[in-house]
Amino acid sequence: MAVRDETSADGSATAAVAEAEPAAVEFEHVSIGFDGKPVLNDISFSAQSGEMVILLGEAGTGKSVMLKLANALIAPDFGRIRIFGEDIGTMPEQQMFTFRDHIGMTFQESALFDSLSVRENVAFRMREQKVDDETIERRVREALRFVELEDAIDKFPAELSGGMRRRVAIARAIITRPKLLLYDSPTGGLDPITSTTIIELVMKQRDVYESTALLVTHRLQDAFMLATHRFNRSSNAMERIPGDGVDPNTVIMVLRNTGIAFSGSLLDLLRSDDPYITEYLAQ
Amino acid sequence: MPIGELLREKVLAVQEYSLLSWNALTNVFRKPFYWADLFTQADLIGFGSLPIVMLTGFFTGGVLALQSATTLAQFGAKSVTGELVSLSMIKELGPVLTSLMVSGRNASGMASELGSMQVTEQIDAMRALGTDPLKKLVTPRVLSTIVMLFFLTIISDALGTFGGGLISTTMLGLEGAQYYHMAYQYLRYPDILEGLIKPIFFGFIIATIGCYFGMSTRGGTQGVGRSTTQAVVVSSVLIIASDFVISRLMIGVFGR
Ligand SMILES: Nc1ncnc2c1ncn2[C@@H]1O[C@H](COP(=O)(O)OP(=O)(O)OP(=O)(O)O)[C@@H](O)[C@H]1O
Ligand SMILES: [Mg+2]
Repeated sequence: MAVRDETSADGSATAAVAEAEPAAVEFEHVSIGFDGKPVLNDISFSAQSGEMVILLGEAGTGKSVMLKLANALIAPDFGRIRIFGEDIGTMPEQQMFTFRDHIGMTFQESALFDSLSVRENVAFRMREQKVDDETIERRVREALRFVELEDAIDKFPAELSGGMRRRVAIARAIITRPKLLLYDSPTGGLDPITSTTIIELVMKQRDVYESTALLVTHRLQDAFMLATHRFNRSSNAMERIPGDGVDPNTVIMVLRNTGIAFSGSLLDLLRSDDPYITEYLAQ
Repeated sequence: MPIGELLREKVLAVQEYSLLSWNALTNVFRKPFYWADLFTQADLIGFGSLPIVMLTGFFTGGVLALQSATTLAQFGAKSVTGELVSLSMIKELGPVLTSLMVSGRNASGMASELGSMQVTEQIDAMRALGTDPLKKLVTPRVLSTIVMLFFLTIISDALGTFGGGLISTTMLGLEGAQYYHMAYQYLRYPDILEGLIKPIFFGFIIATIGCYFGMSTRGGTQGVGRSTTQAVVVSSVLIIASDFVISRLMIGVFGR
């Protein structure tokens, strides 16, 4: 209840900020726990439009929970979450379903609809929006071509490898070109080559469509690659940012013990003298 | 688990169930409405259950005739067998047995299907894609179960009466005309009304319980198994309990 009161109290301030382009994602003092055990405690951060936040952290530190919070699939116990300036905690459920048109999400275990073909999985959102069949077919092929899986269009999820499933899930998330993307461990449990392919896709989405993204990963390499590379449209491949530069829009965040242990650029991360971070990097 | 905690959990479950049922019903008037899913489910529930419902109806009518004729003969009232069979079928056994059959087939089916979707995060994925799972998954199941169970019950009633007639004429030496005359003559509108109201409630129970246990599944494949069993057990018990309540109400209103 206290949270709701707060909303109306500084409602005017929010409106003023909203005019100066609101942050794409903003967590304010967010806390959540399960069965009396705190998972996230007083988390505050924001991601500006076009930024990519890479979430690192040990298993069970609440990375997946954070993405679900950002998509209002679960509600925080305390605190406020704003997406594109809208407080999703006070938004009515039905409105939230429409609001999710701006958000694409991939799940840790892909979560493809196993009774639907790859085509129907990718087409799902456009079918719901009553787009005509021709446009759907064209866009589905386009999205599948983006993830280099056009051949698998008539297959069912059970017939795909783990890496292929991840890529179909990415195609399903990006088909309507949402402004915000939430990737949960897109490279989890995959071989290095497939992982690199997927990171390249994520980078392409970031640099070509300039969408905002939260990306969870266990692999430090992913964070390094995303921070030090950019996507070159003419060669259709990623390349190192010249002069050992880092992407200014990529932020790295390390979660630990219900809190944020580190947040900053890759250079800051490497320079950090926090003992936990040093140890984390040495892994 | 302490009693208080257990009680709290049960109350919460009932509250969640009521909310789901209420939403499933009010969604009928909210856009979008998923016609294609409604027809798929209707086909699955209605035509899929037809063979078992017909067989159960037929044999129940038959065994009713068999059992009652023997007893009635002791009082020299064997001729009223038709009345007994048709009244029992239409008021009680048709609705209840059909519902129990459909519950075993479809409450379990719904619980396991939605349960698997829940534990593999497909339900969350659906929400993330901007689709309300209650509208797309639950409402079509509830509506189609109610409508299909209504017609399945009528078919079961008819086959039960026919089965009773077949046994009466072939094995019990009753005249066919006499059997059907008795079966029809003592039937009153309230009896038919009672027989047709019941499947509407039972259908609602089957689908909402099946979907509720499916949607609230936790704990992997084992959880899916647990939900499936619970859905069948709870919906069966609720069917029989509500049958009693509805029957009592009807007797209160119509006096029979
Ligand atoms: N629905 C839920 N019910 C109960 N507990 C949950 C639920 N979701 C998450 N948790 C708990 O929250 C904590 C964080 O889970 P989360 O899935 O976010 O971890 P994670 O950081 O994504 O880990 P991993 O790197 O292994 O994916 C875990 O302790 C988990 O048990
Ligand atoms: Mg996770």
